[in-house]
Amino acid sequence: MAKQHVMTTINDNAVEFLCDMHQTMLDVLRDELHMMGTKEGCGTGDCGACTINVNGRMACSCLMLGAEAQGKTITTVEGIAQSDKLHTLQRKFIEHAALQCGICTPGMLVAAKTLLDKNKNPTEEEVRYWLAGNLCRCTGYNAIVTAVLDAAKEMRGA
Amino acid sequence: MSAVVSEKKLKVVGTSPDRPEGVPKVTGQAQYGADWTLPGMLWGKILRSPHAHARIRKIDTSKALKLPGVKAVVTGADFPEQKFEYVGAARVALNFWHITRNVMAKEKALFEGHPVAAVAAASPLIAAEALKLIEVDYEVLPHVIDVEEAMKDNAPLLFEDMIPRGYTPEATKPSNISKRVDFKIGDVDAAFAQADEVIEAHFKTAPVHQGYLETHACLVRTDADGQAECWSSSQGHFAVRNLTAKITGTKVADLRCHAAEIGGGFGGKTVVYVEPVALMLSKKSGHPVKIQMNREEVFKATGPTSGASMTIKIGVMRDGKIVAAEGIFKYQAGAFPGSPVMNGCMCSFAPYDIANVRTTGYDVVCNRPKTVAYRAPGSPISAFAAESALDMAAKKIGMDPIDFRLKNIAKPGTPTVFGTKLAFNGFAETLQALKAHPAYANPPKGKNQGRGVAAGYWFNGGGESSATVSVNEDGTAVVCTGSPDIGGSRATTAQMAAETLGIEYERVRPIIADTNSVGFTQTTGGSRVTFATGMTVINACNKVIEEMCKRAAKIWKIEPENVVWEDGSARPAGKRAGEFPPLSFREIASKRTATGGPITAAASINAEGQAPGFTAQFADVEVDPETGLVKILRYVAAQDVGRAIHPKYCEGQIHGGVVQGIGWALNEEYIYDKNGRMENAGFLDYRMPVASDLPMIEAVIVEVPNPNHPYGVKGVAEANIVPPMAAIANAVQNATGKRINELPLSPPRVLAALDS
Amino acid sequence: MSEMRYEAPKTVEAAVALLAGASGTLRVLAGGTDLLVQMKSGRVDPTLVVDVKGIPEMTTIAVENGGFRFGAAVPAMTLHEHAAFSKAWPGLTEAAMLIGSYQIKGRASVGGNLCNASPAADSVPALIAAGATATIAGPNGRREVKVEDIATGPGKTSLGKGEIVVSFFLPARPAHSGDAYLRFIPRTEMDIAVVGAGINLTLDASGKCTAARVCIGAVAERALLVPDAAKALVGTTVDAAAIEKMGAACSAAAKPIDDKRGTKVYRTKVCGVMAKRAAAIALNRAKGAN
Repeated sequence: MAKQHVMTTINDNAVEFLCDMHQTMLDVLRDELHMMGTKEGCGTGDCGACTINVNGRMACSCLMLGAEAQGKTITTVEGIAQSDKLHTLQRKFIEHAALQCGICTPGMLVAAKTLLDKNKNPTEEEVRYWLAGNLCRCTGYNAIVTAVLDAAKEMRGA
Repeated sequence: MSAVVSEKKLKVVGTSPDRPEGVPKVTGQAQYGADWTLPGMLWGKILRSPHAHARIRKIDTSKALKLPGVKAVVTGADFPEQKFEYVGAARVALNFWHITRNVMAKEKALFEGHPVAAVAAASPLIAAEALKLIEVDYEVLPHVIDVEEAMKDNAPLLFEDMIPRGYTPEATKPSNISKRVDFKIGDVDAAFAQADEVIEAHFKTAPVHQGYLETHACLVRTDADGQAECWSSSQGHFAVRNLTAKITGTKVADLRCHAAEIGGGFGGKTVVYVEPVALMLSKKSGHPVKIQMNREEVFKATGPTSGASMTIKIGVMRDGKIVAAEGIFKYQAGAFPGSPVMNGCMCSFAPYDIANVRTTGYDVVCNRPKTVAYRAPGSPISAFAAESALDMAAKKIGMDPIDFRLKNIAKPGTPTVFGTKLAFNGFAETLQALKAHPAYANPPKGKNQGRGVAAGYWFNGGGESSATVSVNEDGTAVVCTGSPDIGGSRATTAQMAAETLGIEYERVRPIIADTNSVGFTQTTGGSRVTFATGMTVINACNKVIEEMCKRAAKIWKIEPENVVWEDGSARPAGKRAGEFPPLSFREIASKRTATGGPITAAASINAEGQAPGFTAQFADVEVDPETGLVKILRYVAAQDVGRAIHPKYCEGQIHGGVVQGIGWALNEEYIYDKNGRMENAGFLDYRMPVASDLPMIEAVIVEVPNPNHPYGVKGVAEANIVPPMAAIANAVQNATGKRINELPLSPPRVLAALDS
Repeated sequence: MSEMRYEAPKTVEAAVALLAGASGTLRVLAGGTDLLVQMKSGRVDPTLVVDVKGIPEMTTIAVENGGFRFGAAVPAMTLHEHAAFSKAWPGLTEAAMLIGSYQIKGRASVGGNLCNASPAADSVPALIAAGATATIAGPNGRREVKVEDIATGPGKTSLGKGEIVVSFFLPARPAHSGDAYLRFIPRTEMDIAVVGAGINLTLDASGKCTAARVCIGAVAERALLVPDAAKALVGTTVDAAAIEKMGAACSAAAKPIDDKRGTKVYRTKVCGVMAKRAAAIALNRAKGAN
């Protein structure tokens, strides 16, 4: 099958790749670009483990064709830290034990960062609803919600 | 010459440091089962039965093999035959004749999703195309899904020659009942006759999946000489090695298994599904093979824990004393024998001092995926029934549900139905802690609101663990264990090592070594790791300390018996006391080469002395009378953990277990169509709790240390999932006046009860 | 799996030409949140996928004749973030914002929700209650149809070969109007509607209902407009008795099935409950609360 040539930006880097038409963006990230940080939990948009940010909006990379990445600006979990400096959210996730197994963490972090990019001071309820598309089976969400609220607080300088 | 461990002096144990693998996990660098690749790697995919029950007449793989890019195909015929025998202790007995057929069907497909063939191809797309080219000739057979239906005389039989075990006189007729188990103390019938009140009720639970977010995945490579290497996500890479070696006919020493980072297991990753298949494909093709399940495969062909049908009878006196209890538990095993019904029989009344108890269990096969352990396997199911019935009894005699349980709580010396006597404190303390929670005095008073209480018991575990501790010249130490880390065990073992050695937590680097690099270690499960692996790490650290003291003696040129280890330093003692300034861990480590070479110690243990876990919880709910929706307003869980090595992780275990229980209580279930096909094999319709469904779960850590562990560990991971189903059903009863004895308490079921 | 072509045209005409000129299994890709799931499960094996997100008129919201026209591929999040639109049509906006998680809402569109033709689509009852029309473009030009005439049954639409839904038009809002949509799901998020109900009503200055449209979802082969429910409201002050009567009319009109998401009995009752609750919200909005 003929492959599609795609030029895009991922984590501030210009990236080009060839993909099969059936490959999702998740397939491309993992199998073509070897960026294994983005995880597949369901493949049907129901768990959020594969969440990436596309042009400022979060999306399930399992429900996006690789071909759709043409001309887009994409952030994955690998793009959240600045060099060796962890993002506040990443630090707070570790500090509050907001991860146990950690498989939902990449998607959670991308989702939480997208929220805080828009809303500097979310309520607990807003955080819970914003993250409703990100399943976590380990934590019962307590520590995740706490970490996001605490990160927001620190980022506001409060 | 041994570590001086004084409770007052604990510096690291009881604190909550960051997890050692935290940074890789938040940056996307941690490598889970599906994240491994090798040059020349092929992609394996599994063809699964579309039928719930069918005889496999013939499999034709020739067309698939001809598809360009396909490198190997395997079927059940490729796997060596296994002997039909049950091996190991009754609670966890294995039968490899069954296990190999669960990995790859031979004569029959026994559930929708049962593997019947597998291919390895150059890309996932080619592998998927190849599956479509495999022709399987099925003779579709009648199937049975429900446990009560499966027990009937005229039920379709999964195994035509299976004679139920555990009957006296011995059973002679084939049945789907694999086994009957029973436990008894006292004179149950006489006690019921004397009771002031007798409660009897029937209960049903739906099977539920462990719901780990990471699907099963592995990468296997093989060499032409028979050696093989496997990277996979599991709760026990030694178990992966032993099971895979046996199923594929590989020598145990030739199969080296690595523990990938695991994306959740909860009991469901204690067995093998994909590893033996990948190994056979790799062997046949000569290439490394990766297999990654999709979510539908996980739902249809892995897990879950049993659904059950149960009857409970409780005899109680007006003063609140329970005099008799009986439970009949029928658990679905799935397609092969081995439900956790024995645990259900043992745990159901274990927290209570009841003189006359009888429990009977039935392990019943049916055309569903083979059940696997799920967090406190077996206990939550029987506890839903028993703790609901206890609530009914407390109501009947007008007692507060915590006071009722306190009146009957087991104490050291209380006999259990399974023969041993309880040897530990903690149960009463936990109930008291729950009662003392400020919210307990303020039950919800709104319309359609109510509170429910329930308690839960779990054995906790000991068993075989190994560790190696190596000291480096900069004063750091590496702790290797064989326990995959599913709940923070790298942090807790590092804490116990740091505490024992007397060095900072940050100077201990814990890792999980592969099966050829550390001694045998049982699977991470049964809440055993912090207890058993922790103990073996402590033992290895004590050996290191012994060696460090010898090195100090050598440096000081004094007798080793006159050196003690205190606060992370060797000190001269006895007649040498005060002769030299102490030598720190770091100083001795730096003089390693001059004093005798590498300082390293290995330890292995078959740990005993584990103490059971106990938890008491209450749920406050509000029920929408027009839709039947149950909202959790508040949830408080008190749990005795022994000593909390890492309190934050203990809380995390409690939060997680409770929320899994909430899902079990409210919405999670398997829905089958009339052909025995699962209709909700995805997260869309298998409804696990999402963040917005929940309040903050309030965890109360109760610490009644286990005297058999150097730091008092009991175990924390499992007991917490036992009570929520009953707590919530009891709360719904209080809110609405309607008792619902069947799970899940989904809106249609609740509304039907309200409108009845 | 078939060889699949992917095209991302820049105009409606180019998209129509691609779809009209091709044979095989053709699919329009907007948010892709249904299409990709269907492709991966093997239910759909397209030979041509036409991505319409690069077509300006399918991705913009504009004021037209005092009302709004929005592109069929506008994501739910964009409707929500459009202050004037979401103020005028809060019920429709909320309905669109019930489609899946925030990850899904950022991509899923009302056009896709409609053309996927699930009887449980959340935005459709709200769109029909709102009295929306759709502009359809095809090889023979454009036509304007009522939204209720597009989905005809599960997975089926009245669109012809080469036709696509380009945009929706919502007429200017009379004073004292309000809309609302509610659905029932077992969790708080992430489920498909067990039942849904959309209401749009207008009051006169005295508070009497002069016009109403009531549409229920997930209780028949497609979203059902319930004239009897509307009748129960018109001419009343939307008091408790009228709302009760309206809810009963919804339950009477429902023709649900038993399936994994709910029973007939349950859906029949709860669609009335949702309609009643939605009516109370719509009434408040018509009275000026937002």
